[in-house]
Amino acid sequence: MSDPILRIRNLQVTAPDGRALTRGIDVDLAPGEVLGLIGESGAGKSTIGLAALGYGRGGCRISGGTVEVADRQIVPGTRRDREQVRGARVAYVAQSAAAAFNPAQRLGEQMIEAALYHGTMTRPEAEAWRDELIRVLQLPNPETFPDRYPHQVSGGQLQRAMIAMAMACRPDILVLDEPTTALDVTTQIEVLVLLRGLIRRYGTAALYITHDLAVVAQISDRIMVLRHGELVEQGTAQAILEAPQQDYTRRLVAERGAHERLAATRSPGAEILSVERLKVFYGHNQALHDVSLTLGRGETLAIVGESGSGKSTLARAIAGLPPFSQGRMRFDGAELPARFQKRSQDMLRRIQLVYQLPDVALNPRQTIAEIIGRPLQLYFGLRGKALAEGVARLLADVGLPADFAARLPGALSGGQKQRVCVARALAAQPDLIICDEVTSALDPLVAEEVLQLLARLQQERGLAYLFITHDLGVVRRIADRTLVMQKGRVVEEGPTETIFTPPWQGYTGELITSVPEMRRDWLDGLLATRGQALETAK
Amino acid sequence: MRKPTFTAWIGLAILAAYLVILIAGPHLAPFGQEDIIGSPFGDPEPGHPLGFDQNGRDMLSRLLYGGQMSIGVSLAAVLISFAVGIPMGFMAAIRGGWFDTILSRLVDTIMCVPVLISALVVLQALGSSLPVLVLTIALLDSTRVFRLSRVLAQGVGALEFAEVARLRGEGNWWLIRKEILPNVASPLVAEFGLRFCFTFLFVAGLSFLGLGVQPPFADWGGMVKDNQQAIVYGLYAPLYPAAAIAILTVGVNLVVDWMLAGRSAPQGDNR
Repeated sequence: MSDPILRIRNLQVTAPDGRALTRGIDVDLAPGEVLGLIGESGAGKSTIGLAALGYGRGGCRISGGTVEVADRQIVPGTRRDREQVRGARVAYVAQSAAAAFNPAQRLGEQMIEAALYHGTMTRPEAEAWRDELIRVLQLPNPETFPDRYPHQVSGGQLQRAMIAMAMACRPDILVLDEPTTALDVTTQIEVLVLLRGLIRRYGTAALYITHDLAVVAQISDRIMVLRHGELVEQGTAQAILEAPQQDYTRRLVAERGAHERLAATRSPGAEILSVERLKVFYGHNQALHDVSLTLGRGETLAIVGESGSGKSTLARAIAGLPPFSQGRMRFDGAELPARFQKRSQDMLRRIQLVYQLPDVALNPRQTIAEIIGRPLQLYFGLRGKALAEGVARLLADVGLPADFAARLPGALSGGQKQRVCVARALAAQPDLIICDEVTSALDPLVAEEVLQLLARLQQERGLAYLFITHDLGVVRRIADRTLVMQKGRVVEEGPTETIFTPPWQGYTGELITSVPEMRRDWLDGLLATRGQALETAK
Repeated sequence: MRKPTFTAWIGLAILAAYLVILIAGPHLAPFGQEDIIGSPFGDPEPGHPLGFDQNGRDMLSRLLYGGQMSIGVSLAAVLISFAVGIPMGFMAAIRGGWFDTILSRLVDTIMCVPVLISALVVLQALGSSLPVLVLTIALLDSTRVFRLSRVLAQGVGALEFAEVARLRGEGNWWLIRKEILPNVASPLVAEFGLRFCFTFLFVAGLSFLGLGVQPPFADWGGMVKDNQQAIVYGLYAPLYPAAAIAILTVGVNLVVDWMLAGRSAPQGDNR
């Protein structure tokens, strides 16, 4: 290997409370090399990425070790050293592009700011370089793009603009912190292809931070697997994917590869929910156009689509929450009023909702016993000892220890909180649970456990699930039938097997093939089959 | 709650001392508040450590009597303003629609007239008796409390756990008591401390203008006014009640600062 452009030795980062976030990590990055950092949340991957800029986030302190960029040591080093390196030699690309741009300034100005600040280019040079980047990243209308404001471009375009902004000083190293995680699968592909092209074209080295092994496999040369601030294993992308040495890595690789169904396909029971020609309006905007669906007892119907497809709106409409809707809904043979205020207590009990973010779905000031005990109290009149037993039974049902009853949600991990949310829904003994992206905010292995829990509960109790998600891997494993939505309309509907079996049609096919697979050549293969459409897209 | 800091301890000590004055002030006073026992603006002498006021009454005794009046009026006014403002604000946030619109516009209308002017008009019209004084201040102040509790409840009410409660079929009372109040308690407590200070100063100001607590009852704002001419002769008389007001204000603020500091993490910070 040639001389590394980034050399981190024995990195120690300490949190404000004295906890060690990373313990003695070594990183070497050769010029032009892409190194993937992968791990679940809390693994310390972002901490390492920021340490490459000599920065500790939110009171975290780099308490030991050295960081050298090319021949220059920045940790330990002076503030001046670090400031000259940041943005100029090492640049950072964050997960949320929307939060990284100043909404009140035109994009073009923000994209050349770093170059002017560091004085590496004159204004005409910086503008010329910016316009080149805009073309390389295939942003629309290259002539007028710099004049736009952040809110005037789409999420994928903004993410590309942020990459261009990071490239402003022609840095040696890009630190990419989950750059495609917030994007839809179809948009993710675009950004991934362009990013890879850019890195290869200019020979920029990169640290690619993500929790998604399949994504990082497409772009990186080497991969470091991290857990709890320690290195689990590292190797070439090929080796990690095909011959993982450690058990943890094997589980990560297997998780995305899993295609076996969690639940046996069932013949649906009697119809429990039907929706006919549902229209939902937000002011003058129509969010749903004539959506119809049916759901049988004990059946799982998945609703998939990218953001803005109206899938969450549909879930909320069935729960009785939207501002205004038209159409007919029936639940177990009876008319289902559009607004939840008009529904009977019993009807409210039989339809339960589980949300994407367990953090905000649980009242931080109520104990777990209060949270899951309340439906028992309200619907079934349980008191005192019977109530406590009911809570204990529910905790056991979702696989949580009984002593969690006295805790507050703040003392639980993300996966545990989501189990509490499931327990609260179960407490009402519902017929239908609407699961709105329930696994999206969880780490892959934790999400897998929650899915298994949901599958088991369905087997035991004959629950019907309406499963809203953008994760097609999940759909394939849990749903009996799938409904594909795009721009507020149903594009396709049918048994999951049929939907996922080639030949795929139009938009559904685009969605399915966009899900990254655990193969190094997946992206190349996809580009070949999609033809030149992506490479030459204007 | 965090451990009290050094400044918080000072604040708590000040508040404790004032609490004693509020409860036991008149019993501690060596002389009656109306007894004329010395010469006007008389110098301190044994048994009268702070001297005499403009009518020759014992300054220390009047301060102790006045404390009960001044603190009592402000405390009553603030408690009533919170008792009115919080339920109204929460209901406006939960119900929304016309209920919210009417209440909010009404509050806007009241708020666009300066409080002092509104108070002067009402007190001139109805006369300045104690109940009128307390109620006027309380109702004017409740507009501020309404605004704050409405916006706090809207923030919490939009979160998913509140939505879950509504979808479960819970009534408004449950929403207010169990879902919203525990999550907005700290800003409201902080507001209570600040509001108390403002009200205290406001009562003092009204008394200074002659529309607050009426003679012969002592209250600190009125005492500043009554003794103001002494300043011309370089005497300390008006500074004692003024200091009593200032020290209480500082004490309350020290305690409020401490309460706010522990809870200032932005909402959703851990998402």
